[in-house]
Amino acid sequence: MSELIFKLSHHGRCATAQIPRHVAQKTTIPSHLLRNDEPLLPEVSELQVVRHFTKLSRANFSIDTQFYPLGSCTMKYNPRGIHQLAMLEGFLNHHPFSLPINSQGYLSCAYELQEILKAVTGMRGVSLTPMAGAQGEFAGVAMIRAYHHARSDLTRTEILVPDAAHGTNPATAAQCGFEVREIPTDKEGNVDLDSLRKVVGPKTAGIMLTNPSTLGVFEQNIEEIASIVHEAGGLLYYDGANLNAILGKVRPGDMGFDVMHINLHKTFATPHGGGGPGGGPVAVSERLVPFLPMPIVAKKEETYYWLTGKECPQTIGRLSAFMGNAGIILRAYMYARMLGKEGMERVAEFATLNANYLLAKLKAAGFTAAYANRRASHEFIITLKIEAKELQITALDVAKRLLDYDFHAPTMYFPLLVPECLLIEPTETESKEVLDAFADALICIVQEAKIKPDLVRTAPHTLSVRRLDEVKAARELDLVYKEK
Amino acid sequence: MPFIPHSANDIKEMLATIDVTSIEQLFEEIPAHLRVKNMPAIPESLTEMELGRLMRSRAEQDSGLLCFIGAGAYEHHIPAAVWHIAGRGEFMTAYTPYQAEASQGTLQLLYEYQTMMASLMALDISNASMYDGATALAEAILMAVRLNRKNKSNRILLPSCVHPFYREVVKTIVTQQGIELVDVPFDEKTGRLSIETLEKMTHEEIAALVIPQPNFLGMLEEVDTLTDWVHAKKALAIAVVNPMAMALLKAPGQWGHAGADIACGEGQPLGVPLSSGGPYYGFLCCKKELARQLPGRVVGRTVDLEGKQGFVLTMQAREQHIRRAKATSNICTNQGLLVAASTIYMSLMGPHGLRQIALISHQNAELLQKKLTAIKGVELVFEGPYFHEFVIRVPRSVEFVLHQLAKSKMQGGFDLSKAYPHLGECLLVCVTETKTAEDIDKFVTALASVLSCEDHSRDKTEKTEHVRTYL
Repeated sequence: MSELIFKLSHHGRCATAQIPRHVAQKTTIPSHLLRNDEPLLPEVSELQVVRHFTKLSRANFSIDTQFYPLGSCTMKYNPRGIHQLAMLEGFLNHHPFSLPINSQGYLSCAYELQEILKAVTGMRGVSLTPMAGAQGEFAGVAMIRAYHHARSDLTRTEILVPDAAHGTNPATAAQCGFEVREIPTDKEGNVDLDSLRKVVGPKTAGIMLTNPSTLGVFEQNIEEIASIVHEAGGLLYYDGANLNAILGKVRPGDMGFDVMHINLHKTFATPHGGGGPGGGPVAVSERLVPFLPMPIVAKKEETYYWLTGKECPQTIGRLSAFMGNAGIILRAYMYARMLGKEGMERVAEFATLNANYLLAKLKAAGFTAAYANRRASHEFIITLKIEAKELQITALDVAKRLLDYDFHAPTMYFPLLVPECLLIEPTETESKEVLDAFADALICIVQEAKIKPDLVRTAPHTLSVRRLDEVKAARELDLVYKEK
Repeated sequence: MPFIPHSANDIKEMLATIDVTSIEQLFEEIPAHLRVKNMPAIPESLTEMELGRLMRSRAEQDSGLLCFIGAGAYEHHIPAAVWHIAGRGEFMTAYTPYQAEASQGTLQLLYEYQTMMASLMALDISNASMYDGATALAEAILMAVRLNRKNKSNRILLPSCVHPFYREVVKTIVTQQGIELVDVPFDEKTGRLSIETLEKMTHEEIAALVIPQPNFLGMLEEVDTLTDWVHAKKALAIAVVNPMAMALLKAPGQWGHAGADIACGEGQPLGVPLSSGGPYYGFLCCKKELARQLPGRVVGRTVDLEGKQGFVLTMQAREQHIRRAKATSNICTNQGLLVAASTIYMSLMGPHGLRQIALISHQNAELLQKKLTAIKGVELVFEGPYFHEFVIRVPRSVEFVLHQLAKSKMQGGFDLSKAYPHLGECLLVCVTETKTAEDIDKFVTALASVLSCEDHSRDKTEKTEHVRTYL
């Protein structure tokens, strides 16, 4: 592993070509407002910087270098052409407060993306401003609250969340001031309808659902769930994390959902960037349109302009300093244009084909599917509880050993309902050969666990570091480097 | 079928393995009447070449203007190396480093970032980033309320000289939890906060005071006095600052006797392009005793099986995927790629370079301000020191002035007349190191010419209906 960049630092060294010339060192700013020490930034040459960070990049797995079947994260190919076009000078140097007459290029793209998202979700209104899925969830739940309040219905204090839901769902509901009621899942992976009927009532503000669920299966009772919740006066929130599974096949608006977010960094192939930036636009049915977060792009004749709280007084407000992750919105727009209508339908088809193929191969090799009687959606779960018992290896061990085979590990130990599980999402952009090689790797690892179990238990062996001590990291917090 | 690699033969073999006859059969669990019939609003697909033609024409529409707008998003030179390296696929197409051993590049970079940002703020620790400056401020306020167990107050003093959109975002986010935001007006003469005004706001206990440096009007606050004042009230000091300025100005951890408790702000000035307002990233730093209330991803240094140094996500027990409804925040994404760019930027600049850029931006602003206020009818609105932005009042409608300037390919600044109507026709103007003496002269000449134009009746007619700005 590389040294910390601070260890390369030499006092007085710098990247000379980057430093402005002829700067007077005297200033009119009063001295008590000035800093009189130097922050701990490295003093290094430009080449040292380039070499250090290039080396660091090589210690990462990424879509560009490895198969990355991280369940619920939709790690598909991020087209290079789109990235290059998003970096055009006219987009990069455009100030968020430029006048609308100087912003028509960007505004037209954003407007058209709003229209495309309405079409694929079956919703009536879209706001692109949320900067990530979790912020889209926040916007959605805040709109549910605003809707009830606007009707003077102040008794709805609960949000229902299935126990299989992403952690962000209950966290969001709590952040919006709601109490969270968990709904159990039945043995086939659907929401337990009897339990739902028991908890739904005049306190129910809404329910948050992913469909297909995080269990990798389509919620078959969705229409009945919608009618139970709607009859009780609640609204339905669609967590768009798994939209890739149904793009162009079935639309949340048609299933009865009132509000949803779309993860542009999943379904619309914008780069994940090592954990962000994301994009989490929200789409809503007719009755929630007045509450959408601002700003939104509108069009009059051939001119695009921003709608704000002035025109939309019931809005839940702003969610970002400017208008959200514009660069991500541009990339998603370009991806939608490249796919077109036909391409968009193909996304769900081939994502589902790949998942079901990989599942079939793994089942044939003796792995246990968590929901063997169900058709997989774009992802599926295998449980290693038998292997854990017979061979004393865990899902974590298998995940770490996969890294030695040059595959990123699937999502582990989520959903929490399934013991020793791996949630596997191959996405539509992977070829059959990659899926075959991944299945072979898993088969080999189980063989290894029988013959040389320690090899698996102490994996990885071939990366820049061996297995890391997370307990020590949490107990003895070392979050910043200190010069001795 | 863009980006789908399957040949006809692949599909055949795969369907046989699954034991179905068609792809369609894989969707059999979805009720047939729910299936999409048609999506006419979606256009036909484009090749990369066709898309390039379209996007170049769109980008062209927004380019070629000389920019004197700041207002929270600042144009600085970005060294070529920054995005050449941040744009490498290994950084750009990786995800959150859940598998630490396969993500050491991102994790070590984040640890180096946390070190640099905490040190720039003169505070103990930093998280791995928030969405942007405005949401970082909202999270800082939520943190302060959680920490304020002593008097249980949930009142926050949020001065009106904080960015108006930050205040709107904070309102959207924190009022869901019943937190009370108290507006504190600034002094009309200095454009800064005054202790006299603050004293009037404290008939009830408070949890925190937000202190901007520089404030939205570009002015430098008396940060020592303000920090000591709020600490004397047994409440927290939350700094919201421009990180570039902190290479030159006293940093939050150095304010007053005890230092600000939390510092946050917009990381964009450090290597992130303007790009229509995002993606940027928010930074959030604090004193070490507040660590467990810090929201978002945090990276820690540890060792591997062999005792070798390595990095992992840590303090995960605060986060949504573990604590669910009891998490400190629902955030899971950070802005990793922007942080990568910023870390490379700060490494290239070093402490000396960053200070020089802050200095020259300040000096350019002083130069422009002197020249602008020499124009007849243009006045400097506030007295006192500022960083690289200042407020001028113009004798005509700001909206008219900005549209006239745009005709000479000039973006003259941010129109304050909507956010602060009581100030009259005022413009917030910004200059950075990117502007030469010639650029500055060009702007001065253009503004003088707009203002000398005799026909005042045009002020009204220029305001066509679709020419709306933000507020």
